[in-house]
Amino acid sequence: MHIEKGEFVGIIGHNGSGKSTLSKLLNAIIFPTQGDVMVSGLNTKDHENLWTIRQTAGMVFQNPDNQLVATIVEEDVAFGPENLGVPPQEIRERVDRALAVVEMQAYAHQKPHQLSGGQKQRIAIAGILAMEPECIIFDEPTAMLDPSGRREVMETIRRLNRDKDMTVIHITHFMEEIVAADRIIVLDKGKVVMEGEPRMIFRQVKRLKEIGLDVPQMTELAYELRSEGLKIDDDVLSIEEMVNALCQ
Amino acid sequence: MLKDVTIGQYYPTGSVIHKLDPRTKILFTTAFVVMLFFLNNLWGYLATFLILATITLLSRIPVGYIIRGIKGLVLIIMLTVVLNLFMTPGTAVATLGPLTVTLEGLKVATYMALRLIFLVVGTSIMTLTTSPIDLTDGMEWCMRFIPFIRRYAHELAMMMSIALRFIPTLMEETERIMKAQKARGANFETGNIISRAKNLTPILIPLFISAFRRADELATAMEARCYRGGENRTRMKQLIFEFRDSASLVLMVMMIVGLYLTTMIQIPLVFPI
Repeated sequence: MHIEKGEFVGIIGHNGSGKSTLSKLLNAIIFPTQGDVMVSGLNTKDHENLWTIRQTAGMVFQNPDNQLVATIVEEDVAFGPENLGVPPQEIRERVDRALAVVEMQAYAHQKPHQLSGGQKQRIAIAGILAMEPECIIFDEPTAMLDPSGRREVMETIRRLNRDKDMTVIHITHFMEEIVAADRIIVLDKGKVVMEGEPRMIFRQVKRLKEIGLDVPQMTELAYELRSEGLKIDDDVLSIEEMVNALCQ
Repeated sequence: MLKDVTIGQYYPTGSVIHKLDPRTKILFTTAFVVMLFFLNNLWGYLATFLILATITLLSRIPVGYIIRGIKGLVLIIMLTVVLNLFMTPGTAVATLGPLTVTLEGLKVATYMALRLIFLVVGTSIMTLTTSPIDLTDGMEWCMRFIPFIRRYAHELAMMMSIALRFIPTLMEETERIMKAQKARGANFETGNIISRAKNLTPILIPLFISAFRRADELATAMEARCYRGGENRTRMKQLIFEFRDSASLVLMVMMIVGLYLTTMIQIPLVFPI
């Protein structure tokens, strides 16, 4: 498996398929028993590289409450760069910049428990951004959020990838979140079983269902319509595409 | 119930006292507490009262708010007063059945009560005027000068700030678990103390399990953000000692010395001994 710089890769798989294990391997939290994990040319097994790797490949976790350390938002964003030993003046600048990117400047002096789930998750993202990584791994960041929080976080992630050229590895259960990804990797029982463009992956509705995965709603609808004998493309991903396909 | 505890709470007003360096405040409070136990006549307590009153006025914290903090200690203070009043041997002033109030007892009881009240007021002024973050930073700095503890100064400070961060989170969680258990028919309101305590088990166990899970996840998240203890760590906000702080430090040293000097006064106030 290889991930390019600036790419948006979606990773899906059933519970226990190894998604989280993969994300922890990439961040050098756990180490491979076989083979090697290389992050921008550095082997995670090499202990000297540990901190560089964790700084290069930042990680956002599922539970927004359990990854905020400090009692004040801006202090939390500063936590990463403080650990890296960045000079105080520069930390200040990085924190302001990171909060601006996730559009949370107005909340800089708030307490984390006063924020909504989506806002907490954006603060967690800002905390990673302040470390100036090249790649961010999102380990089901939207799993515990309500629909509006999910939208906030997804917009932030997409913006990072598009405007800041950030490499994004997005692990999720929500297929709609990755229809716009550059590439999707499907994991099952610790193995890569499918890999390719979203259209190519979601077209294989039957195979995905066998692994226990869903497809985007519209793809499923198209699939059902096709099996009823309706002539419709099998790679419909969004509502818009569905409308176009039906109105032809 | 928890709302009545004012010790350890932060009451921001933006006053001069709030703006002082936390280190100055911690050092002064420590010296002040030690000094309280040296005072041996009412002149000293009078001076202490004046100092505390001035600081309270400067801090712009409502006096009622501070007095509420003493309320929680009324029981302890009463107990101390009563015990000292009757148990101190000396010249009898009044007899109440088998109990005798002595002049010495009266004196010791008054001193103890004042001492306790000033102790609570003094320390709560510090926490009321210092934000938890400043307090933690200040304590980290102060701990660096205590042998044995200095090695763990950073870790202790980090523990304190994580505790502060998770208090509201765990309170919410407790509430949620209580509601969930009530929905399943648990009863927390009736019964004697022992059965009530027993009824808390279905709250405490889920709470502990979740706290451990949170701790585990937080530790992973901290490591993922390159946390590796206090070594080579920098801080965004640094404690800067300004002119205001040097001035207040000098003033505070003078106050402490002043308090000490009151112990030399030979003229009795109220008590003839």
